[in-house]
Amino acid sequence: MPGSVKAQDSKLSELNRFMSALKGLSRSESNLIAILHKVQELYGYLDREAMDEVAATMNIPTAHIWGVATFYHYFKLKKPGKHVIAICLGTACYIKGAGEILEKLKEELKTDIGGMTSDGLFSLEEARCLGACGLAPVMMIDGKIYGSLTPKKVSEILQGYRKRSSGE
Amino acid sequence: MAKKIKIYIDNRPYEVEDGQTIMQAADKLGYHIPRLCYHPKLSIEGACRVCIVQVEGMKNYVASCAYPVADGMKILTHTKELRTARRDIVELILDNHPEDCHTCERDGICELQRLAYAMGLRHRHFEGERKCYAKDLSSESVIRDPNKCILCGRCVRICSEIQKVNNLGYAYRGFKTVVIPAYDMPFSESVCTACGQCINVCPTAAFVEKNHTQELFEKLQDNNFVKVVQFAPSVRAAIGEAFGFEPGVSKEKETVAALRRLGFDYVFDTQFCADLTIMEEASEFLERLKGKGKLPMITSCSSAWMKCMEQFYPDLIGNISTCKSPMSMMGALLKTYFADKIKTEPKKILSVAVMCCTAKKYEASRPELRINGMPAVDIVVTTRELAWMIKSGGVDFINIKGEDFDKPLGLSSGGGAIFGATGGVMEAAIRTAYELYTGEPLMEIEINELRGLKGIKEGLISLDGAQVRVAVAHGLGNANALLEIVRKDPGRYHFIEIMGCPGGCIGGGGQPYAGLNSIPLDEETLKKRAQALYDIDRHKTIRRAHNNPDIRRLYREFLGKPLGEKSHELLHTHYKAKFPRGIIPQELTTR
Amino acid sequence: MIAPLDILKKKRSEALDRIHSKEYLSIKRVHVGMATCEIAAGSKEVMDVFLQAVKSGLTDVCVSQKGCAGRCNFEPTVEVMEDGKIPVKYCKVTPEMAKQIIERHLKKGEVIRDWADSGKVKQPEKEKFEEGHLCSHFQRVFGDVDFFSRQMRIVLRNCGIIDPESIDDYLSARGYEALAKVLTEMTPVQVIDALKKSGLRGRGGAGFPTGVKWELTARENSEEKFVICNADEGDPGAFMDRSTIEGDPHTVIEGIIIGGYAIGAKKGIIYIRAEYPLAVKRLEKAIIDAGSQGFLGENILGSNFSFNIEIRLGAGAFVCGEETALIHSIEGHRGMPRPRPPFPSVRGLFDKPTLINNVETWANIPVVIIHGAEWFSSIGTQKSKGTKVFALAGKITNTGLVEVPMGTTLREIVYDIGAGIPGNKKFKAIQTGGPSGGCLSEEYLDTPIDYDSLAKAGSIMGSGGMIIIDEDSCMVNVARFFLEFTQNESCGKCAPCREGTKRMLEILTRITEGKGEEGDIEKLERLGTMIKKASLCGLGQSAPNPVLSTIKNFRIEYEEHIRDKKCRAHFCPSLLEYTIIDKCVGCGLCRKACPAGAITGALKSRHEIDKQKCIKCGACYKVCKFSAISRV
Repeated sequence: MPGSVKAQDSKLSELNRFMSALKGLSRSESNLIAILHKVQELYGYLDREAMDEVAATMNIPTAHIWGVATFYHYFKLKKPGKHVIAICLGTACYIKGAGEILEKLKEELKTDIGGMTSDGLFSLEEARCLGACGLAPVMMIDGKIYGSLTPKKVSEILQGYRKRSSGE
Repeated sequence: MAKKIKIYIDNRPYEVEDGQTIMQAADKLGYHIPRLCYHPKLSIEGACRVCIVQVEGMKNYVASCAYPVADGMKILTHTKELRTARRDIVELILDNHPEDCHTCERDGICELQRLAYAMGLRHRHFEGERKCYAKDLSSESVIRDPNKCILCGRCVRICSEIQKVNNLGYAYRGFKTVVIPAYDMPFSESVCTACGQCINVCPTAAFVEKNHTQELFEKLQDNNFVKVVQFAPSVRAAIGEAFGFEPGVSKEKETVAALRRLGFDYVFDTQFCADLTIMEEASEFLERLKGKGKLPMITSCSSAWMKCMEQFYPDLIGNISTCKSPMSMMGALLKTYFADKIKTEPKKILSVAVMCCTAKKYEASRPELRINGMPAVDIVVTTRELAWMIKSGGVDFINIKGEDFDKPLGLSSGGGAIFGATGGVMEAAIRTAYELYTGEPLMEIEINELRGLKGIKEGLISLDGAQVRVAVAHGLGNANALLEIVRKDPGRYHFIEIMGCPGGCIGGGGQPYAGLNSIPLDEETLKKRAQALYDIDRHKTIRRAHNNPDIRRLYREFLGKPLGEKSHELLHTHYKAKFPRGIIPQELTTR
Repeated sequence: MIAPLDILKKKRSEALDRIHSKEYLSIKRVHVGMATCEIAAGSKEVMDVFLQAVKSGLTDVCVSQKGCAGRCNFEPTVEVMEDGKIPVKYCKVTPEMAKQIIERHLKKGEVIRDWADSGKVKQPEKEKFEEGHLCSHFQRVFGDVDFFSRQMRIVLRNCGIIDPESIDDYLSARGYEALAKVLTEMTPVQVIDALKKSGLRGRGGAGFPTGVKWELTARENSEEKFVICNADEGDPGAFMDRSTIEGDPHTVIEGIIIGGYAIGAKKGIIYIRAEYPLAVKRLEKAIIDAGSQGFLGENILGSNFSFNIEIRLGAGAFVCGEETALIHSIEGHRGMPRPRPPFPSVRGLFDKPTLINNVETWANIPVVIIHGAEWFSSIGTQKSKGTKVFALAGKITNTGLVEVPMGTTLREIVYDIGAGIPGNKKFKAIQTGGPSGGCLSEEYLDTPIDYDSLAKAGSIMGSGGMIIIDEDSCMVNVARFFLEFTQNESCGKCAPCREGTKRMLEILTRITEGKGEEGDIEKLERLGTMIKKASLCGLGQSAPNPVLSTIKNFRIEYEEHIRDKKCRAHFCPSLLEYTIIDKCVGCGLCRKACPAGAITGALKSRHEIDKQKCIKCGACYKVCKFSAISRV
């Protein structure tokens, strides 16, 4: 499909632009994490073709890149859903009932942490302390924080996203 | 001379050199601190925590492999607390390891087993979830079993620091950590060069060679085949170690005898084809010297090096000698010349090779090396596999009487014998090239500057006034360093020998495991194995390949002349770039 | 040659001019909290209301943003400042309330007392700081609030007061004066001396004397050295560093530059979690602004000293808070620690001498320089000087950031500042130091907060996380929760931590599931003590702490779980007994919901649960509308 190929190309060229700015600096390979952040920013996850490009351009073996990509929890190795739900399971949230919220999410999405709904609308991740402990329990969807959650609120919020998505 | 300081080990005072680790100092004083991830040739990890000791003033234990000695330091190595801690650590490792010692390839020769025995494990206190990964059976040469991996990291370090292939790395984190190529891909799709060094350094059976012994045992019972076997010089130099002999004792004749007992009809010597390789390669070199080809010429008998070259240095394909390896040349002859001689259909010949090398299994599967649609070598087994077959096949290797090779492919020169040591191919090639060019035999037949374990060796040969500069590298990491020089300065050398394994083929991925009192890739062992081959060379009456009468007969009866049409058809090949393309970073080291 | 101090004074007066010209028409100033937590509570919408009002003609009011002062349960917060009047501190402001504040307070001058938290000081204290002191501004704004009056805000002195995105605001608060002073009248050795005399110890948790660390790095002979700020704050429940950076990024930057001067480095790196996007954004702006004003770059303030700061993002690895793992992460590797020695001060980033300190340590530096080592060392205890910021969370009335002098007791924090346990529940335990720390029981409440006393009590200071636990929490489960976290974050390099914590977690999980066995506690102790002593890095060395401290202080709960299969906090689901009580009306909902068919009963009569069949899933409990199911 020409459209998607073009989209891929433009992401790759932006990635290359980003890397060429770094390549000239000393110890350029140390920027690997920043580069992988960029890949995730462009693709939504760490796309393999993009990682191969990083290996070739920055002269870093792919096994090394893979080791870094799989080590850090922030990096997603699989394509995520349209909306990414990150539930905070940090101490404060846990004490305030995050376990129940997680159960509700699992029930509603019919998937576990690290998974995606069958329609690709939501993917569920775990977040460690988002730093909004006063509003525990907390979840973040696409970067937006929802606090003081109850299982009922969770249902409502998810419904909202579903409605908006089917309306599109 | 480093400064001397005073330390106390287990309350005994000692004077030791400053600037070393506790383990290094203790090793020299007769203390043996147990260890797992430490290897003197690899960077220090301090990961297994088995080598922990107590240092006065430190609240926690320290890793003796990493902690430096200091003046006045008081060290305790075997207190009750330490013994319990070490025992518990080894148990924890075992609790995440399959409980199948008796059905494991390394039963009896496993470092983890030895360590567990020394720790005195009698009960298991902490059992729980065990990791459960699928084995990677994809490669022709190396099998990976992540369940047996104890994450010591030796394979990662040797693949990146010494071989510089960087195929293996740690992936994931914590309990889920695993050693695996990029993208979790199977070995056959990775940049692995099949050198097998990971097998050499692995303390357990997490890496083993692909096993062809069952298949071979079956075929040996099949009387529809004429069973022919060849074995490499390095095999005879090391196979004794698997039977308790000291390293460096050649077991050539005993191996021939054992192979016959196992059921082979003909036992030939790869060294014969090493001589053949020299004939072809020396001639090829002299052609190039005259201007008919690219210089520097680079040798091609190391299969790991070939795979590495196709993936990492495809721009150098034009420099590579088109000669096949001795093993493949032998295979080609067996299915043509020899089949003819014994008036048998080529497809009824079972061509087996015993090699010190795991990459040869990969080489045997290369489609371009087929002869008339048949593989030139049907089965490759390593030295280890043969040792097991001998033990399993009811042969008393220790007491057996030696026998001689069969004709017409069993006679070899000293040049053929030294092929196994680093620098040996070059030395043998020069012995022949010199005489072919000048007409005179090379008087200083032992070229000492090409011998030994230095990473890159150089030599200067004067061919009737023409100065020929040669270089030798062993281990793919040293090869990389040498080739970077070549890329920048192509005129610097004329002829280069590269062997994929440290020490040359004698250090190959298929050689016997280190014994009880040794470590893998021990330099002394490598030197002794090399010396065994140099001794064979010395004791031979014929030391130059071109003086081998059976070689001459081969050309007379069958091949015609070196680089002739028949030679090109059977003994030469071509290479092409392969993917995935490997990357060798200049400055990156593993952490 | 103009002295750096004089250049700085000029910059400050120019900044004040700019501020005045922006505000000169305004009589009232409105500050809206805009930190991550505030925004999550809805402060952006509140800010929009005020901005809209200004646009529509509210000319005598100037609206700006501020960082978070640390009063989490009262967010969004808005302060209304007027010269000569005590600032009015509105709490839990909604857009509706904002509109009211505009109409009634801003336009008509009526202070809406019900919404404001002011003048409620139970014990008015003598002013801690004289006029002009770096820390006096905070006390002027917030000193009349009980929660704040008992604190001593040195690190957080500007958080909640200034606009973190305005370097002018920072300059007006005597910002960069410490740097100018150092460049004008102090040699690197004198700076280090001051640090040593001050007694400041690393606030990342280990408590290593900062001055000594600087000295060790300074004396290394190397062309290239590095200064690193550890902003990887990974402890769940800890947000001190985030708030500091979001509220006052320049103080951290100033500290780092001074550190660079002292040890002879030209490059500073701030390693910060990727999960803190707002903090990153504010740091980026602060670095650019500092550069434009000449506080970063070549020849700072006209001196010979040049220094640059770069930001490097983490990517979700708690272990990267450990120094050597952090270094490897910056180098582009997996965040795995390595054995020490060599220490980072000798061989650190890219094998060069490197100084690493925590955000909070850096934020202390400008204050130490301006007000001197003697003043700083007058605060705190004999061996722990200065203040410490804590993130108070859990079952406590006042959650938020608390900064107190070392030596303050735990009891004061829990009951005086935190205002005790809500809901009339009983205090059970206090966890300090995050997942690396220990759980202390009631008998330890009078422990003064300092590095050594807490260590002696069996816990650690840690980076500042402080969780209050009440009677409804099961201590075995608390230990399991923390161990699950550290187990998950283990890098996997060394066997004791990788395998040992997994086994400890399995044992703990079994115990909470009612499958505990005799000997389990001893196994936990044996494994725990070995892992503490044999692990490669601080993560492994401290991972068993929650378990060992709960065994020490709450052993009875473990024994009850194992022997009696009982959880006294009624928390562990597998150890609860479900019974249907009198309130049951016989609606049958529970019977239908039970997956094990364990409930029997006729319609309209009291149902019964067969304890043998009950699998303790809690489904009946969830569906019962009449609270007729008791769970103990």
